[in-house]
This record gives sequence, C-alpha cells and structure tokens, in this order.
Amino acid sequence: MTEWIWSIDGWIVAAGAFAAMACALPGTFLVLRKMSLMGDAISHAVLPGLAIAFLITHSRGVLPMFVGAVIVGVLTAVGTQVITRYGKVESGAAMGVVFSIFFALGLVLIRQAADHVDLDPGCVLYGNLSQIPLDSLDGSIPPAVINVGLALLLNITFVGLLYKELKICAFDPQLATTVGINANVMHYLLMIVVAITTVASFEAVGSILVIAMLIVPPAAARLLSDRLGTTLILAVTIAATSAVLGHLSALRGPKWIGLDSSVSIETAAMIAVMTGVIFTLTLLVAPKYGLIGRWYQRLGLALQIVREDMLGILYRWFEHRPDEHILKDDLLKAVGRGILARFALGSLKRRQAIEYVGGEGIRLSDSGKDAATKLVRDHRLWEGYMATHFDLPLDHLHEPAERVEHYISEDLSELLKQEMGDLGEDPHGRKIPE
Amino acid sequence: MTPSKTSQARLQIDQVHHDNESPLSIHDMTVAYHRKPVLWDIDYAAPQGKLVGIVGPNGAGKSTLIKACLDLVPRASGSVRIYGKRYKEQRSAVGYVPQRESVDWDFPASALDVVTMGRYGRIPWCIPPGKSDREAALHALNQTGMGDYANRQISKLSGGQQQRVFLARALVQDARVYFMDEPFAGVDAATESAIVTLLRELRERGRTVLVVHHDLQSVPEYFDEVLLLNMRIVAAGPTSAVFTEENLQKTYGGRLTLLSEAAEAIARNG
Repeated sequence: MTEWIWSIDGWIVAAGAFAAMACALPGTFLVLRKMSLMGDAISHAVLPGLAIAFLITHSRGVLPMFVGAVIVGVLTAVGTQVITRYGKVESGAAMGVVFSIFFALGLVLIRQAADHVDLDPGCVLYGNLSQIPLDSLDGSIPPAVINVGLALLLNITFVGLLYKELKICAFDPQLATTVGINANVMHYLLMIVVAITTVASFEAVGSILVIAMLIVPPAAARLLSDRLGTTLILAVTIAATSAVLGHLSALRGPKWIGLDSSVSIETAAMIAVMTGVIFTLTLLVAPKYGLIGRWYQRLGLALQIVREDMLGILYRWFEHRPDEHILKDDLLKAVGRGILARFALGSLKRRQAIEYVGGEGIRLSDSGKDAATKLVRDHRLWEGYMATHFDLPLDHLHEPAERVEHYISEDLSELLKQEMGDLGEDPHGRKIPE
Repeated sequence: MTPSKTSQARLQIDQVHHDNESPLSIHDMTVAYHRKPVLWDIDYAAPQGKLVGIVGPNGAGKSTLIKACLDLVPRASGSVRIYGKRYKEQRSAVGYVPQRESVDWDFPASALDVVTMGRYGRIPWCIPPGKSDREAALHALNQTGMGDYANRQISKLSGGQQQRVFLARALVQDARVYFMDEPFAGVDAATESAIVTLLRELRERGRTVLVVHHDLQSVPEYFDEVLLLNMRIVAAGPTSAVFTEENLQKTYGGRLTLLSEAAEAIARNG
C-alpha cells in the first residue's frame, strides 16, 4: 500500500487532519493557560465515560458517547480542583491521581463493553485510521470522518463565538470574573470541549496520541507568533500539515529509510511524530524565539562587544599618541585574538570606522572617532556615577564600566549626562570627552 | 426562632448599616482562607470622590480585602455594597487593577489588546469588540503615555510600562470606583509620577480610588484618606487625622497575638 489512492488515502488524511485541527483550537488555550497536562488527563479520563455509555446503550451511538465523555471530562476537572484543595498536593499530582485511576477504570470497563458492543479496545487506545476508508466502500462519507468533522466545526464555532471571553479568561481570569465573564464557567466549558474533541478523535488517532494533537501544534505556533489570533491560525495550519505529512511518510516512509515497504506504518503515530518534527524545526528556526535566531543574536552582540572594545583601545591609544598608529597584530592581541576578533576587525573596516596606514598600521577614521568618543564618554561617566553612588575604591570601577558601556543607549547616555552634569574628569583623572 | 423569623432577621441585618451614598460600604465582613480567618469584622464606608490608601504589613489582608469586595474570594460573613447595591448589580461602576504579577506577560497579546479587555464587560457575550472599543483603548493608552506602544508585544514592555497598560485598561472601564492592588510596586520614577497624576485626574472627575500601597513615606502626599489594616481595621479616616505614629505603631508593631492564635485554632479545628 504505497501508492496514493484518493478513495482510501483521501479519507485517512481527512480524518487525521480534521482531528488534529479540532484538537489544536482548544489546545492553544490549554497551552496558554499553562494547563497542557489537563488535556492529557481528560483524554485519558474520558475512557470510562465511553465504556459506561457503551454498556448502558449497547451501541456505539455518537450521542451517548459524547454525553459520557462530557460527564467524565467535567468530573476530571472538578476532581482535580477538589484534590488540589483538600489533598494538600499540587495540581499536577491531583491530575495524576484522577486521570490514572479513571483511565484504569476505563480499561477494565472497556473490556466488558467490548463483549457487548462491536468494539476493539485497541482501537480506542491507538485509533484505527487505516480502517476508516472501509466504511465508505459504497461511496458514502465514513462516520469517523463525520465525527471529527463535526468536532472541528464545533470547535471553530466555540472559539469563533467566545473568542473574546476565552482570551480574557486565559490572560487575566480575575479581571474577567470582575467584569462578569466568569472564568470558572469558561474553564469548565473549555474542559467540556476538550473532552468532546478527544472522544471524537479516538477513532482517528486514539486516546494516547491525542495529547500530541492538543499540545504540540499550539506550542510550535506560540514560537512563531505574538498574537492570539495568528497563534490559533498557525496551530491549525501546523496540525493539518502534520496530518498530510504524517500519512505521506507512513506510506513512503519504510522505503525512504530502507525498511520492508510491504509493512505499513501506523499513520496516527506518524502524524504525532510529524507534529514533533515541526515543533523541533520551529524551535530551531523560529525568527524571534528559535534557538538559531537567538544564537545568531547573541553572536551579533558578542561581535559588537569586541568591535567596541577595539574602538575603545584605539581611542585610548590615540589619546596619548595622536600621531602614531597601532599595529594590527597588537590590536588583535589586546582583544584576545581569536576568530571573533578577526571578524570584528573586518566589520570595522567595512563600516569605515578604521583606516589602514601602511600595511599593518591602524588608526581611527573620523566616523570611528565619533563612535569611540561616545563609548569612552559613557564609560568614564559611568565610572563617575559608580564612584559617586557606590563608594567603591578606584580599582573597582573599570571592570563594571567595561561591561556596561556596550549597553548604554542614546536615552540612557543622555540621562547619565544629566545626572552627572559637567564632570570634566573621571575618578581616575582622565578627561571625559565631549 | 422559627425559620421565617430567622430569614426576617437576616433581611433586616442585610438592610441596615449600609450607607447607600458610599462608593464602598462594608458591613461586618470576615474572610477566611481554608477556614483560617485573615480579615476580622471589617466595617468601613469609603468617602465619595477621594483617593484612599490601604496600608498595612505583609499578610495584613490588603489584597484579600479588595478581592472580597469584588466577590473574587468568598466572604465568611458580612456584606458589601457598592453605591448601595450588591457588586453583581454594580459591575459597570467598578474598575479593578490586579497586581501586575498576577498575569502571564508572555501571553500573545499587544498592549492595545490588553487595554481593550477593559471594555469586554460592557460588550455582550459572543460579540467581538468594535472600532469604538479600540478607539477608547487607544485614547486610554495615550492618557497613560503609552500611545507609542499600542502594538508592542506585552512581554517587551518594562515593568512600569506594563503597569501603565493595566491602568489604561482600568481607565477604559470608565468606572465610578476603582480598586488598585499595588499599582506602585516595582515601577520607575516616571511611571510613579504618571500614576499619581492619573489618580488626581480621576479624583477631579469625581471618581473614588482605593489603592493598596506599600511605601509609607508617600502616603500623606498621595492619599486623602487612609485605611490602616492588619487583619482588622486599625484606623480609617482622613490621612491628616489617622496617619499618626501611634496608629502606625498599632498597625505594624505589636503582633496581635490573641487574634492570630484564634485564627490558628479555627484553622486547626475547623
């Protein structure tokens, strides 16, 4: 089964994508409210609700399933609150108590239910994505796709209608409650929606992997956006992408990595893996919050500091020997040589802050002199400020000023000048340049 | 006593002792956390149109007092009226500024988003905020000197700027009485003076503002009235009359051993 067949693969991807997208919407609010584990708890805890619904109705009807899920979902949320409050444990432990017991109870009951209803317990735990198209051999839409489709519609409606209420309750539940948007009510509504979504997604992805759909796409989206609306849209997009890539890699994956291609890979698991892959990539390359971006920023800062150190050295050199130049090698040695120092030197040259004299001699250009003057002024003013306010011995002043000078902005520099007035000289008796 | 008499008696208690003109009238309020009383028998009526400082040591119950008035924590007994009515009926008359640390500033929102939240209470459920709400929010940001930062991600703001965003959010609530929980905590000098100016403007417009405040030195300068609190009200009234060495000694000095012991006993056996 390695060729794409629309009547089969189309339904599988639709079910997977709808489930993942439906989960990403309430999942975003779980992540933002720092209660991601609650999604895990509810997705496990709804199991006995399902089983009891099966046992009572002797059918796999959609409505009893959802009613059972909603009741247990609310019980989980209430149980967690009660245990946290009276059990003297933190909410993580309370959730652990509630959902593991519920899940275990569910495992026992689902066995019982399986005898009464046409049901494979494994399907509830792991999902049954590859079997879904079998229900549409007559050309109709498979019921599982309808279920997750309805869940997606429900969640779009839920988030669309109650966007402002969900937003204020996630950011500031106290204010929400005082203005009449009861944060507790919204909390339980969200839990109910999570419960319904996880139940609807069971057939597609199973109760164990649903947590990946709830949490991972929103977590990745959060790294890419600073606004709630875009975070939601990105989370849903990442969820859908994971579903498509997940199924594709399940089809072709064995071949790619040289495994026996006649053995199929579970698509649901590959979707979860794909959310993980996308998250990892995002964590690395996200422009603002990605590791590479931040590493690049830090490198830029390190380079700037070496550049400014060089300017400072050049300034102080020419303060005493205005007509001489400094040897390139001496300058590099003064800032500790290394690759960073060479880069910094090159970058100063490109910015035309320095000029070469002869082959190896270096001196400041006019623009370089301006930049260096500002640096040294800030440095010496800072020393003056420290000496005035900290009562430190003279040999304690240079080091901190050397660190701080790189971070003094125009505004701060202006403040410093106002605060220190016309100091004239730094505590060491060196002239503070204008 | 028959049940009907009991409820009659309750009704009477409910009706008496509340000053209907007062922005905030508290009658015999006791508040407990996990059954341990943290505020005892609070009776208080705030004067109209004044800046009131709520002052007391750590753990005195200052934040709890505000939260109990706004139904954020349950009252063990007693009642609260805002201009003679229960808080539930007076939401639109009340503005609240929680402590800055009470929210997650990494939340994906701009300063404008946060300020617009101040209007959510007056918009019906399921209806998004409109243009007039955003304009009001922008106006409030300008009033607090934060107009240039409207679209800034809130985590990128300094502590003082975040506090100003919170104040702007309270301004768009356009309330008659404000409750502010430590608005001066951890702010820079510029923000502090901006807040003071704002408080005075609110007073000029006839608003009443109750402010939990920590810095004793600035109390006489900032507040017309002061409420000295340490589990019970030590003294309340015009700052010039109440903010005395003796009252401060009572508030901050000698621990109320008996009151704490009783609270502990209630918590243990409750």
